[in-house]
Amino acid sequence: MRQGLFGQVFKGAVMAAAGLAFVAGGALAKTELTVYTAVEAEDLKRYAEAFNEDYPDIEIKWVRDSTGIVTAKLLAEKNNPQADVVWGLAATSLLLMKGEGMLEPYAPEGLDKLDPKFRDKDNPPSWTGMDAWVASVCVNTVEANKNNLPTPTSWKDLTKPVYKGHVAMPNPNSSGTGFLDVSSWLQIFGEKGGWEFMDALHENISHYTHSGSKPCKQAAAGEVPIGVSFAFRGAKSKAAGAPLEIIVPKEGIGWDMEATAIIAGTGKLEAAKKLVDWSITEKANKLYNEGYAVVAIPGIAKPVKYFPEGITEAMIDNDFEFAANNRKAILAEWQKRYDGKSEPKN
Amino acid sequence: MLVIVLYLLIALAFPLYVMLSKSFETYAFRFDTVELQVDRGEGWGETLNAMALGEGLGIVDPGALVTTSDGRFPATSFFPDFSFRAKTLYRIRNTKEGSGGFLVKGRPATGTDWFELTSGEFRRVQIRPSQATGTGNYLSYFSTPALFTSIYNSLMIAMISTIVTVTLAFLYAYALTRSCMRFKGAFKMIAMVPILVPSLLAGIGLIYLFGKQSLVLKVAEWAFGEETVAPWWDMLANGAYGPSEIYGPTGIVIASVFFTFPHALIIIITALSIADARLYEAAIALRAPKPRIFRTVTIPGARYGLISAAFVVFNLVITDFGVPKVIGGQFNVLAVDIYKQVIGQQNFQMGAVVSVVLLIPALIAFTVDRIVQKKQVALLSARAVPYEPKPSRRFDRTMFAYCCFVAFFILGVLAVCQYAALIKFWPYNLSLSLGNYNFDVMDGGGWDSYANSIQMAFYTAIVGTFMVFTGAYMVEKGKGFNSGRTGFQFLAMMPMAIPGMVLGLAYIFFFNHPNNPLNFVYGTMGILVICTVTHFYTVSHLTAVTALKQMDPEFEAVSQSLKQPFTKIFARVTVPVCLPAILDISIYLFVNAMTTVSAVVFLYSPDTTLASVAVLNMDDAGDIAPAAAMGMMIFYTNAGVRLLHAGLTRGLHRRTQAWRTR
Repeated sequence: MRQGLFGQVFKGAVMAAAGLAFVAGGALAKTELTVYTAVEAEDLKRYAEAFNEDYPDIEIKWVRDSTGIVTAKLLAEKNNPQADVVWGLAATSLLLMKGEGMLEPYAPEGLDKLDPKFRDKDNPPSWTGMDAWVASVCVNTVEANKNNLPTPTSWKDLTKPVYKGHVAMPNPNSSGTGFLDVSSWLQIFGEKGGWEFMDALHENISHYTHSGSKPCKQAAAGEVPIGVSFAFRGAKSKAAGAPLEIIVPKEGIGWDMEATAIIAGTGKLEAAKKLVDWSITEKANKLYNEGYAVVAIPGIAKPVKYFPEGITEAMIDNDFEFAANNRKAILAEWQKRYDGKSEPKN
Repeated sequence: MLVIVLYLLIALAFPLYVMLSKSFETYAFRFDTVELQVDRGEGWGETLNAMALGEGLGIVDPGALVTTSDGRFPATSFFPDFSFRAKTLYRIRNTKEGSGGFLVKGRPATGTDWFELTSGEFRRVQIRPSQATGTGNYLSYFSTPALFTSIYNSLMIAMISTIVTVTLAFLYAYALTRSCMRFKGAFKMIAMVPILVPSLLAGIGLIYLFGKQSLVLKVAEWAFGEETVAPWWDMLANGAYGPSEIYGPTGIVIASVFFTFPHALIIIITALSIADARLYEAAIALRAPKPRIFRTVTIPGARYGLISAAFVVFNLVITDFGVPKVIGGQFNVLAVDIYKQVIGQQNFQMGAVVSVVLLIPALIAFTVDRIVQKKQVALLSARAVPYEPKPSRRFDRTMFAYCCFVAFFILGVLAVCQYAALIKFWPYNLSLSLGNYNFDVMDGGGWDSYANSIQMAFYTAIVGTFMVFTGAYMVEKGKGFNSGRTGFQFLAMMPMAIPGMVLGLAYIFFFNHPNNPLNFVYGTMGILVICTVTHFYTVSHLTAVTALKQMDPEFEAVSQSLKQPFTKIFARVTVPVCLPAILDISIYLFVNAMTTVSAVVFLYSPDTTLASVAVLNMDDAGDIAPAAAMGMMIFYTNAGVRLLHAGLTRGLHRRTQAWRTR
């Protein structure tokens, strides 16, 4: 290529400028961490700000979406991971990734302060928990009165004929909350009892939804009197003025937790470790407590407005490994029993 | 030319190929590559092959080893006497490097070394499936009733919707072309409205109209008193078509008819307006009664239009994702199955299988339509005299009433959505509020997505129009290289047959592959634009080809003999002459980019969320009123752009099309 004098000068100038920029940039270099998350968008800003108060030199680049999509994305990128850290994804999803060898085991500072439920049981753990996300039943009091429905107090209550066609729940094949419910019933009632319970419940179900928050929002809007959903959603709808009562069934409730992990093979391991260290500090836990009634460090959670009482005690001793390992089989069985039945009535 | 062929290859052919191969990627347990040893306190026993052991115990069926990537098989099931409290020791290893291996302490082990484990540790060992190639996914698809009943459901919904839509659209088109009723222009305009909104908005409107908190019921209660209405409503509720039944096939059909109506109408109007008046004169001269004329002249004259409309509607309904997602309830259809497999279960392989299954009816409908359309050309005669309708009071009034009814329904659905969007908390707090427009605090919403959508639609219109028009010009006016041009024509027709969900999924597989040099496009606005342009390529291409066909090839010949480069005639003559068509293409692309859901639902990233996807996600999360509000924002934007386009076209017509008048 022919270059005139001007071209030469121009090229030199560009290179000099680029060099300068490089030097200047190097001096102030911030480590940028790509963090995948399913935490609500409105909370992310607060999390990053609080983290940067302690670690101003690490910048977080959030990639946020719903649990299913983030999980699908991480698994799809298995051979070419884009994320450095996962902060705020369901533990069941992280277990799936652990099984693919995608997580870097790391024991963060202050690990022993956590409730043992809130950590991977192996040493060093592949993930640590943040907060719990608890199943609940939302009952619309106005619609319940209109249909003369008594307030249910247990899961078994929901199988009574009086509730026929008045209950909505998420489809476990498309919703994490739905799977959490199903796996908890199998643990509470045992394998056989669990399926018997679901057979009976299926008779009362008006419809299955794709998302976990929809049954409660539909209950809030009166589309269905009773929605099996999670407590956080119910509290939010109640705060918005919906005539809701949030029920904690007495047999116990399923739960999943939001958890943190380092993606194996990250080039920024040091920064990633700092973030995970911070994610289990008391300061971070207090932050989680603004939206979640149950957090990883015991004893520091303050009650959250509109949350039902006694929720921590009602949480079952959830075997996440059972849930993750049997996920495929449970979903297939559920689909066989209830999804095939959804043909139109003639 | 090469660039555009390359574009269609990269944006269409390659991704589809990758998807097809993905559907043959299976996961199966390879127990024959796993070996076990037990020490019951008397030293290590003999080496046991897991396959032989499992078969012996009757827990492994060598013919049914196919599973999914997250399938797990507990190693303890090979030892019926297993107890985690026993002092027994276990050893496990793979005999082959690189097979699926097993999980030890939750982490995968694929090497060939022995692992020595206590019974407490062995309790947690799970065998993982290996990846292979084969038809296993298809076999498991067709042996799962919950999955394959969707084929029947989808076909049934599509067929019923097709019959209803084509009948309704035919009557409407008949009124517009064969009657002398008033306000034809307005009726035609109203009938086109559903094109401007995402298909799922119809579903949302129906939920408000006929759902459990039905607006129709509330109005009836208000008008006739609660006591009068209640028994009637109960009767409906307990019958086959109670209010809960709107979630399911009934709802899907009504909403599908709503959004496919204009598509069928355009085609049927065209078919009915090419009628030959001489045939009618002959029939009347032969004293044929009116029903007979209708049967023997009108219907045969429009039959190709009717068939074509039927296939277009069939294709639109069977590939649509928004309507069944919003209002389908538990009624499974293929398009939603793809979504459930991919997003709900991360089962990409099965998603690919369902895509291939969905592709088949879509391809058949498309092929039949193409054959029919080719035949229609021969029907037109040069000596035909256009048919002029004569006024007839009774007929005109009936038609007017019918059109009013349809128009009222179309506008009613939109009005209900707008009303619901402005209500504070339906049905408990009916005061008006703009709270539902606060998209930023809704799950899955955000004003950003609205801005993104406009940006995306704008880019799609510009890039797409350029690609399509240049491509069509090459096909139509290019010389030589005939086989290449035929191939291009084929590629350009293909997108019409590809369902949006399938295209979107194929894009994940293709663009998200780590070895793809185009990987960087993934997750950007670029991939959304590429995907949308490709998805709507065919109709735009046909519009451009039609416009170019009107131009005499002499122009090229003259310019060549004057030794002018083809770029000059392209810019100076072709583009100005075809300007109305170019504007039509760009508006078509813009409107569709604003409303599309199916293709982009797999491809958006947190920075490039779209308004149409936000409607879907907000509805999914249960924020129905905000979803309706966002849907109406899309409607207003599209309506505004449409009006602007009408004004622009009129102005341009005066300037560039003056040569058409004398």
